[in-house]
Amino acid sequence: MALQYDIVIVGGGGAGLRAAIAIGETNPKLKIALVSKVFPMRSHTVAAEGGAAAVIKDNDSFNDHCLDTIGGGEWMCDQDAVELFVNEAPKELIQMEHWGCPWSRELDGTVAVRPFGGMKIERTWFAADKTGFHLLHTLFQTSLKYNNVIRHDEWFATKILVENGRCQGVTAIEMRSGIMKVIAAKSVIMCTGGAGRVFPFTTNGAIKTGDGMAMAYRAGIPLKDMEFIQYHPTGLPGTGILITEAARGEGGILVNKEGYRYLQDYDLGMPLDIEDPKHPVNKSMELGPRDRLSQAFIKEREKEKTITGPFGDVVHLDIRHLGKKKIDKKLPFVRELTKNYIGIDPVYEPIPVRPVVHYMMGGIDTTIDCRTILPGLFAAGECACVSINGANRLGSNSLTEILVYGARAGNAAAVFANEHSEINLEALEKQGADEYKRITRDFLQKDGGSERIATLRKEIHQVMEQSVGIFRSESGLKEACNKIEELKDRFSSILIEDKSLNFNTELTSALELENMIDVAESIIFSALSRRESRGSHQRTDFLNRDDENFLRHSLAYRTETESRIEYQDVAITKWPPGERVYGKEE
Amino acid sequence: MATRRTCLWKRGVKVSETFEMEIFRYYPDKDNEPFIKSYEVPFRDDWVVLDAINYIKDEIDGTLSYRWSCRMGVCGSCGMMVNSVPKLTCSAFLKDYPSRKIRVEPLQGFPVERDLIFDMDDFMNKLTEVKPYLLRKEGEEKPLEEGEYLQSPAELAHYKQYTLCINCMLCYAACPIYALDSNFVGPAAIALAQRYNLDSRDQGRNQRQEVIASHEGIWECTFVGECSVVCPKDVDPAAAIQRAKVSSTLDWFKEKMIPRSKG
Repeated sequence: MALQYDIVIVGGGGAGLRAAIAIGETNPKLKIALVSKVFPMRSHTVAAEGGAAAVIKDNDSFNDHCLDTIGGGEWMCDQDAVELFVNEAPKELIQMEHWGCPWSRELDGTVAVRPFGGMKIERTWFAADKTGFHLLHTLFQTSLKYNNVIRHDEWFATKILVENGRCQGVTAIEMRSGIMKVIAAKSVIMCTGGAGRVFPFTTNGAIKTGDGMAMAYRAGIPLKDMEFIQYHPTGLPGTGILITEAARGEGGILVNKEGYRYLQDYDLGMPLDIEDPKHPVNKSMELGPRDRLSQAFIKEREKEKTITGPFGDVVHLDIRHLGKKKIDKKLPFVRELTKNYIGIDPVYEPIPVRPVVHYMMGGIDTTIDCRTILPGLFAAGECACVSINGANRLGSNSLTEILVYGARAGNAAAVFANEHSEINLEALEKQGADEYKRITRDFLQKDGGSERIATLRKEIHQVMEQSVGIFRSESGLKEACNKIEELKDRFSSILIEDKSLNFNTELTSALELENMIDVAESIIFSALSRRESRGSHQRTDFLNRDDENFLRHSLAYRTETESRIEYQDVAITKWPPGERVYGKEE
Repeated sequence: MATRRTCLWKRGVKVSETFEMEIFRYYPDKDNEPFIKSYEVPFRDDWVVLDAINYIKDEIDGTLSYRWSCRMGVCGSCGMMVNSVPKLTCSAFLKDYPSRKIRVEPLQGFPVERDLIFDMDDFMNKLTEVKPYLLRKEGEEKPLEEGEYLQSPAELAHYKQYTLCINCMLCYAACPIYALDSNFVGPAAIALAQRYNLDSRDQGRNQRQEVIASHEGIWECTFVGECSVVCPKDVDPAAAIQRAKVSSTLDWFKEKMIPRSKG
C-alpha cells in the first residue's frame, strides 16, 4: 500500500530541513514526509566549516554582496536569483539565531562576521569552524517541534513518479526491512545535495552520490551547468578532508616549497606582510576565489614549485602566526582534524594542502521559485541550480543558499500542494510495482554478474579526475564519453552478492553507483560542449571566456545513449558582464 | 611541543603485511545467532578502522553492512565497538592497535538490525522528548526585523560545549545504567537538554524538567562518568547531568522554602 502525504521532501540536510520547517510553520495542516537515506543529522551539511554569508554590518551593502557573488561566478549567475538570495540572507541567518544556532559573537553580544574568499566586505557569520554542523543540528532539533513533519529516516528514494504530467511522489526502499513503498504526494522537493563522490579526491562524505540529480535526469528534467565543479584549494592530502577557507580568512597564507607566497604571480594582488594590521586584504591573494586559487596550484606544480609527498603534491597553508589562542578559539576543528588525520599541529607546523573536489555549482534546473520543468517537482540546495553560483561559488554562500532556497522551495511546494489535490493512487501503485520489479530483476534476484561495484566506482573516479579535473581538453573529454558508455554497459553485469532484504547496503551502493554514472555523464557532455574557459571550467584548447557564444547555462537532457546539451540565457538585471578583479582597485 | 601522533605526512605510509580483522556478522532474515567472521586485511598505518572495513566491503565481501559517511569525525554515523570500546571508526587508527588484533562489533546496549548496524529509534524518541530547541515564553518572541538576541561570548561559552554533541551514541554504549535500564534518558539527550537550559536565549527549562527531572532522567545516573571518557567531542555529558542535578535540587529547595516562586 502506498503511503500518502501532501508533500514529500527527499533529503534531510540543511535545505530539506529548512523546507520542512517552512511548511510546518505556515501550513500546519499539510502532512510532510521527510525521506532521507541517513538520519538527518548525518547529512553532509554537517561537514561545512567556515560560515554563512549575509549582509548585517553597517559597512556592508546588498549591492556589494550581489556583485561579489556575480563576479565570483564569472557572470554565469542568474542575477534575479542572486538579488533575491542577498536580500533574504540576513533574515534567514537571524531566523537561525532565533532557533538557537550558537553563532560566534562580538564582545557586545552581536553576531560576529569574518572575511572570506572573493568577498569585498566581511560578511561571513560563523559558529567557530563548525558552522554547517551547528546549522544542521539546530535545524534538525528545531524540526522536532513540528508534528506534521513525519520522518522516514534511512529510506532510500529510487524514482520520481510522474502521472498525468505531474510529479506525484517517489518510490523508496525502507532500508531496515528492504520493502519498497510508493510515497505519494501532491508535490515533491528534491534536497539531496551534491555529487562529489563521482571524483576520487573529494571533501564530500560517502553519501554524496548525486541521487536526486540522477533521479531528476532520468525523469527527463535537465541538469544545468554540470560542467562547473568546484575544487577547494585546501584539502588534506590522502583523505581530502577540508581545511576551511576561514583559516585564510583569519590570516593564514599559502606558500610553495620555497616558502614564497606564489599567489602573487597569478593576478591576485600583492601580499602584505603577515604582521601588517591590514593583512589579510579582502578579495586579494589568499582571499581570492576558489577557482583561481586551485588553478594557481596546478600552474605552480607545472613549475615544479610544489612539495612532493606520499599522497601527491602539496603546498603549505601556514597559520602558525595566528597563535595558539586564536587558533583554538576561531579554528578549533582545523587543529583537531590536522592533528588527528595527518599528525600535524598547525600551531607549530604548516599544513600540507592540495585542491580537492568540493562542490557542484550545477544541478537540477530550477526557476527562482525552485520549480523544475516537471509540475509538482521542486528542488533546492546543492542538488539544484537556480543559479546563484554561476561558474564558481564563493565560500559561505552555499550554507545561506540552503536556507533561503530551502524555505522558498517549502513555501512553493505548499502552495502547489494546496492547489492540486488529485492523486492517481492506482496508477502510482502500478508504477511502484514496476520499479520494484526492476530492482528485483536487476539486482536482488540477478544471477551471475561479474563487475564489482568498487571496480566500476574506481574507473569512474579515474576518468573524472583525468578528464574533468581543473583543466580539460576536447580529446580527454571525448575519451571520457566513450568510457562512460563502456561503464554504463558494464553496469548491467554488476555483481550483487547480497540477496537479502534487511539493510542491504550492497544494493544501495549499486543504486548509488548507477546514479553516479548518470551524473558523471551529464558532467562530461556539458564540459565537452562548453568550448570556452570560465570560472571553474578551464579548457586548455579554448583559453578565453566567450560571452558571445557561452554566456548561457548548459542544460543536459538524458537520451538513450548520451546527454543532449541545450543552452538557456543567463538572467542579467543590473550588472553587465565585466572583468573579474582581484587584488586591485575594481 | 611534540605532536600527539607520529607525523604520517613526513614519514610516508608504511604498508606491512596483513592482519586478521574480526567482524560481528548477523543477518536477521537467515541467522538465528550472530557470529564472528575473520577477514585478512592489509595493515596500513595511515588507515583508520573504517578504511579496513571499507576494504572488506569493496574487495572481499560485499554483504557486510555498516553505516558511515563523512570520515572526518563529525557526522556521527560510524560508531562501533572496537575491541570492546566504543569508538568512531573513522578516527581510530590501525597503528594504535599494535597487537594487530582488532574485533569490531556494533555499539553495545542497542538492538542489532544487521551486522554492525544498531537500532537508533530509542535515542531519536528520547531526543524528541527533551524538547531540544529554543523555547520562548508566549509573547516574548523577538520579531526577526528586530535582529538577533544579544549573547555575550561569556554567555555563549556557558553552554557551547554541550552543543558539540554529534549524536554518535558512544556515550550510550558506554553507560552502565543504560545497559541495565533502557528507560534511562541517557547522556547525550540530557546534555542536549542542558544545552538549551543553559542558553541565555532560552526560557523553556520548566518544560524540559518533566522528562529531565523524572526518575528515568538525571536521578538514575550514578555518575560513573564513562560517557565523558568515550565522548569523541569532549562534550562531557556527565558534567551536564551533574549540573542538571544541582539546578533541579535548587528548584526543589526553592519550591519548598519559597512557595509560589516561579523559579
